[in-house]
Amino acid sequence: MTDGMMDGMTDRSWQHRESYTFDRHVIAEIRRAANTGIYRIRGFGAKRPLPTLDDLVFLGASMSRYPLEGYREACGTDVIIGAERAERPVRLKIPVTIAGMSFGSLSAQAKEALGRGASVAGTSTTTGDGGMTQEERGHSETLVYQYLPSRYGMNPDDLRKADAIEVVVGQGAKPGGGGMLMGQKITERVGEMRTLPVGIDQRSACRHPDWTGPDDLEIKIQELREITDWQIPIYIKVGAARPFYDTALAVKAGADCVVVDGMQGGTAATQDVFIEHVGIPTIAAIPEAVRALQELDVHRGSVKLIAAGGIRSGADVAKALALGADAVSIGTAALIAIGDNDPGLDDEYRALGSAAGAWEDYQDGTDPAGITTQNPELSARLDPVIGGRRLANYLQVLTLEAQTLARANGKSHVHNLEPEDLAALTVEAAAMAGVPLAGTSWIPGRDGPRN
Amino acid sequence: MSLALPDTFDLADTTVRELNRSLHLAEGGSCTVLNPRGAHSVAAGLTSPIDVTVDGSVGYYCAGMNQQATVHVNGNASTGLAENIMSGTVRVTGNATMSAGATGHGGLVVVEGNAGARCGISMKGVDIVVGGNVGHMSAFMAQAGNLVVLGNAGDDLGDSLYEARLFVRGTVASLGADAVEKEMGPEHLGIVADLLEKADMSDAANPSEFRRYGTARQLYNFHIDDIDAELATGATP
Ligand SMILES: Cc1cc2nc3c(=O)[nH]c(=O)nc-3n(C[C@H](O)[C@H](O)[C@H](O)COP(=O)(O)O)c2cc1C
Repeated sequence: MTDGMMDGMTDRSWQHRESYTFDRHVIAEIRRAANTGIYRIRGFGAKRPLPTLDDLVFLGASMSRYPLEGYREACGTDVIIGAERAERPVRLKIPVTIAGMSFGSLSAQAKEALGRGASVAGTSTTTGDGGMTQEERGHSETLVYQYLPSRYGMNPDDLRKADAIEVVVGQGAKPGGGGMLMGQKITERVGEMRTLPVGIDQRSACRHPDWTGPDDLEIKIQELREITDWQIPIYIKVGAARPFYDTALAVKAGADCVVVDGMQGGTAATQDVFIEHVGIPTIAAIPEAVRALQELDVHRGSVKLIAAGGIRSGADVAKALALGADAVSIGTAALIAIGDNDPGLDDEYRALGSAAGAWEDYQDGTDPAGITTQNPELSARLDPVIGGRRLANYLQVLTLEAQTLARANGKSHVHNLEPEDLAALTVEAAAMAGVPLAGTSWIPGRDGPRN
Repeated sequence: MSLALPDTFDLADTTVRELNRSLHLAEGGSCTVLNPRGAHSVAAGLTSPIDVTVDGSVGYYCAGMNQQATVHVNGNASTGLAENIMSGTVRVTGNATMSAGATGHGGLVVVEGNAGARCGISMKGVDIVVGGNVGHMSAFMAQAGNLVVLGNAGDDLGDSLYEARLFVRGTVASLGADAVEKEMGPEHLGIVADLLEKADMSDAANPSEFRRYGTARQLYNFHIDDIDAELATGATP
């Protein structure tokens, strides 16, 4: 046989084998870096495979556990935050809240849609790094006002109009990083709200300007309570870094609610290296935060826990609650519900070099769905009334699903879900969540069977 | 509901909560606060044009987020004096520690003595006049407003600042990233003269003795190369 015949007959598929280490995403990123000399900045959350709440399952009822009738028997979903200290505690009908996303990162229409949907569902929305707009106050029945290191647009009148204050120490997508908003989105209105020149690439402070540690923060919280006459609850939001200590210190500082945002958490804009490599996953963060609350004897009591980062379904909600959270918070999922990554816009996403289902360039201001943009023509595409209805429907599904799972486990309130109702599908999930590997009584890192 | 303001509050037997509640309800008038003894949040969150004199030194966040009121401290102030002030005037006769006037959006903050680190950090339109020196990292990321320092400034003055104007009469230990010295024009002499007068310090210094610092605007945008685009257009030799 000649060499030529060998060529024709031999399987040369190795020539098409991509390296696991240098896969096409890695190669593309090296080429991009070599072309531009700047790190990649993007929105959305972590994209690489991470341990998630999918690695847990509910056990359901059985011989020794009695289920509740799925369609008939009551299963409560309400959450009250700040009853101990605030004159006007936050009362939510469902255990799912809308996370802080600024006007600036989002269009006014998107903020309105979030407010409308959340209000119909009986839950709260949250401002973001850039102050409060009249539109969002007007359309949100319960609005949480973020108090961030940058203090952009920080106004005591707005503080007093809020239903709660969230002191932002960090965010899951970037614990240790500040906000970022690229020049395309610093329009006249956004620039004016933030006292910034139009068109600059805003890189916000990552440290608060007037307190440096938990002892200072305690005094800061006292000040915020004084200024708002002890009317409204105060939350502290942290990225999932050291959730046990962070939660304990937040309690010590006087928070009514601790928000722990896992590394999957979405962002409007940040370095990709930050999104993918800093912080710990939500499944690992919740049990640690709960342990701190339990040790301080405030769990399911005077200090509430909101978990965030990669929450997508009623199953995620129920699992987060079973691990001990009082509520969850959603960002990315809420944006998808109102139209982000719509397959109907695939052609337009492709024209931008992406595709429906992969769009992550929230920083760019070119969003064809009109959500993560300040371009008036693009944002006019989003109908806030329809968007609000979609979000309300989605929130209803999350709640119904969480109730279904709670009832199947015999619980008359979603807060009665507990780790005992769960099993883990992987050794890693068992270790992180502190529940036994399915079919065993083994929790890696703990001695002996549970109970 | 508006309540008449009592002449004095004695913090030896009144809580800060009671003091602030009364101050928040008042729509006018004046009062004196006695025995503050370093209490925190004294006169924080005022909203109306009242005059409050505090006899003694205060703790953190005195006159925080002030609107319209005039707060005069006969003593020293700790961290975060008049933080996020919106309007009105806050004055201390002694020194202020860290972050005086931080993030202030408007109004006037006067420190007759020295101010510590991060004075005017992230200021957003407030005017700050310091009779003595300011510490390191002052006017960090300062966005708008004027900082006038009759003494010296510590290290890294104006690091990463935006459009705020910094005027220093004495020495500057070092300038922070993107901060540069700029020319003192007639407009700037006017600003300093006006603020010295408002701060009651016209006799203490002459506007011509000040030097001005501001942003080089080099950090406003990311610097992004694009070799491929250059090659495509043939711009690269
Ligand atoms: C477009 C966008 C803007 C955001 N802006 C803020 C912000 O201003 N402040 C903040 O604390 N978190 C911000 N976040 C993070 C969210 O509050 C939340 O922590 C995160 O979205 C939760 O994770 P999830 O997106 O997986 O639900 C933003 C997220 C997105 C997607």
